[in-house]
Amino acid sequence: MTPSPKTPNTMDVVNKNLAKRYRKEKMFRFYGIASISFGLLCLLFLFTDIIGKGHSAFFQTYVKLPVVMSADALGITDVNDPHQIAGGNYQGVLKQALRERFPEVTDRRGKRALYGIVSNGAGYELRALVENNPDILNTSLDVWVLADDDIDTYVKSRSSREGAYTGRFTEQQISWIESLIESGNVEERFNTTFFTAGDSREPEQAGIRGAMMGSLFTLLVTLALSFPIGVAAAVYLEEYAKKNKFTDFIEVNINNLAAVPSIIFGLLGLAIFINFFEMPRSIPLVGGFVLTLMTLPTIIISSRAAIKAVPPSIREAAMGIGASKMQVILHHVLPLAMPGMLTGAIIGMAQALGETAPLLMIGMVAFIVDVPSGITDPSTVLPVQIFLWADSPERAFVERTSAAIMVLLGFLVVMNALAVWLRKRLERRW
Amino acid sequence: MEAIVDQTAKVDPMNKVNTELSKENPEAHDLSGLETVGIPFTDTAKMSMRDVNVFYADKQAIFDVSLDIGQNEVLAMIGPSGCGKSTFLRCLNRMNDTIDICSVQGSLKLEGQDIYDPKLDVVPLRARVGMVFQKPNPFPKSIYDNVAYGPRIHGLVNRRTDLDEIVETSLQKAGLWKEVRDRLHSPGTGLSGGQQQRLCIARTIAVSPEVILMDEPCSALDPIATAKIEELIAELSENFTIAIVTHSMQQAARVSHRTAYFHLGKLVEVNETEKVFTNPDHKLTEAYITGRFG
Repeated sequence: MTPSPKTPNTMDVVNKNLAKRYRKEKMFRFYGIASISFGLLCLLFLFTDIIGKGHSAFFQTYVKLPVVMSADALGITDVNDPHQIAGGNYQGVLKQALRERFPEVTDRRGKRALYGIVSNGAGYELRALVENNPDILNTSLDVWVLADDDIDTYVKSRSSREGAYTGRFTEQQISWIESLIESGNVEERFNTTFFTAGDSREPEQAGIRGAMMGSLFTLLVTLALSFPIGVAAAVYLEEYAKKNKFTDFIEVNINNLAAVPSIIFGLLGLAIFINFFEMPRSIPLVGGFVLTLMTLPTIIISSRAAIKAVPPSIREAAMGIGASKMQVILHHVLPLAMPGMLTGAIIGMAQALGETAPLLMIGMVAFIVDVPSGITDPSTVLPVQIFLWADSPERAFVERTSAAIMVLLGFLVVMNALAVWLRKRLERRW
Repeated sequence: MEAIVDQTAKVDPMNKVNTELSKENPEAHDLSGLETVGIPFTDTAKMSMRDVNVFYADKQAIFDVSLDIGQNEVLAMIGPSGCGKSTFLRCLNRMNDTIDICSVQGSLKLEGQDIYDPKLDVVPLRARVGMVFQKPNPFPKSIYDNVAYGPRIHGLVNRRTDLDEIVETSLQKAGLWKEVRDRLHSPGTGLSGGQQQRLCIARTIAVSPEVILMDEPCSALDPIATAKIEELIAELSENFTIAIVTHSMQQAARVSHRTAYFHLGKLVEVNETEKVFTNPDHKLTEAYITGRFG
């Protein structure tokens, strides 16, 4: 305040500036709201896009055909021989049914197109029917069988604004489908295959289960290794290690490792685990090892921060009673630091779940049809599966890619919810 | 004149002492040849320390302190901030071990046993020499578990009923039993500050230590809680040997048998409490207790 003949009242000056101050305050808050809105908008866009594209993948088109289960045509002579039942020519029976449904088709080319209406995996459904109930042999019955992916796409896009997606269909094929739809022989059902099957070249037979189990096993290996190793390293560095040049060097390098691009870890894994130790490719065990290397720095850094945050008074209290160093750490420091450590582990695991690049290097990008049943079975993981499907030419894989993304996000949400629940539970105990 | 003295005191307490004392005794400001006056030694010594020097890296915090703590005695340590009384107290159960740069020289004995013997395990030592800290620091566990923690880790009891008994008697001795008997399994951090400090005392006496070290145990408490703790200290001295660091001279006068006055890392005077507060032998002690600095 400059002294002047008419010194202004202090309150007047303050009041004059008040409006300006409030304006600034408002602007400051507005920036925050704007950032959050932008984030939410992006998320909304992402979700509408993914769900809009992917929701149809949860339904699958089925075609009803009157099938004559002739034992002769199937090539079954002995009903009690499981080999014969398993090896029956079910696809042939279906072809027969299609020929009878559309008798006007006579030329070879037309027949081939006609057979394309049902999936080439549809025969397996017939086989399952016969295996469950051999009595249906030599009877005729109406069977709902899996439609081919092109039919599936056509049926789903019929009512859309852009018009039906016809792809490589000829007029003739479209007329067949329309006739099937008109007679009520086409239906969309919940796509259980998507959740029970492994990968396939045929979209209608492809499922996410293989990748899901692969991700699950890989993450289990990663968690089982990286959490104990990370916590042990953090405890040693925080509680035992002397502060000197060497530990400083280690600390700097842990921080550097956290910033190393993940593909480098993939190359490292390839060189060490597969080339040097000659472990098999494409297995969740090796995937877990590689992701452990990648996740460790995150877990170590967050665990150290959590340990540092434990109040020294608690340590002193325990030591004052005569607790040994290990008892102080196990009884007091770790339980108090556990929520923070778990937060680090969640972040690390979420990162690992979405990681693709390092897994490509160790062969988890392979086309694997079987659902893995253990950590040493060849498998792929969810993000790699998304990458593979996004790359596939079949139109029906577009919606499956989006559906797989939804499954991945669901997996992530479930995993995080579990960790948050665990953290809450641990916090409540104290 | 008084105002001038105060101003210099803010800069450095030593200056003030120099200014203050030089008027009467020009030699007194030189602390280098200082000898402890009074009666630092007793016949019934529980702990006896001789020529203790403590260094933080290159900086010396304690200079040649020799002192006994008698059996069942309450010894108060007073002195201005930074005089080393807390450092000295923390040497007595080796709490300073946790500070890397801290080194202790001299002889510190608990019933004739060297507590800085490299072969000695600090775990049993700290069970014998317990500690109560400045800020109440209960574990974030239940009241029961707080008190039971010590007996559990030392394996003092095998049966649940024995443990219950230890918890009850410890809480009774700490004067907390009546207040918490109905909520033994609620968290100890939910108690008031004074109750928390008594809980910490109960936790310390649950392992039946021989000596209890108290580092300004009432500095975070209100007067009523302080009075309770002081009462408790008087009762505890029947069974335990207590060394207490305090900033409150009234407290020292109320609870202790002998009082030791520390100044800039040196032990200036040790005497019967009454004598220290009525007729101290040393000029520095007199200056401190009459509030001329500190």
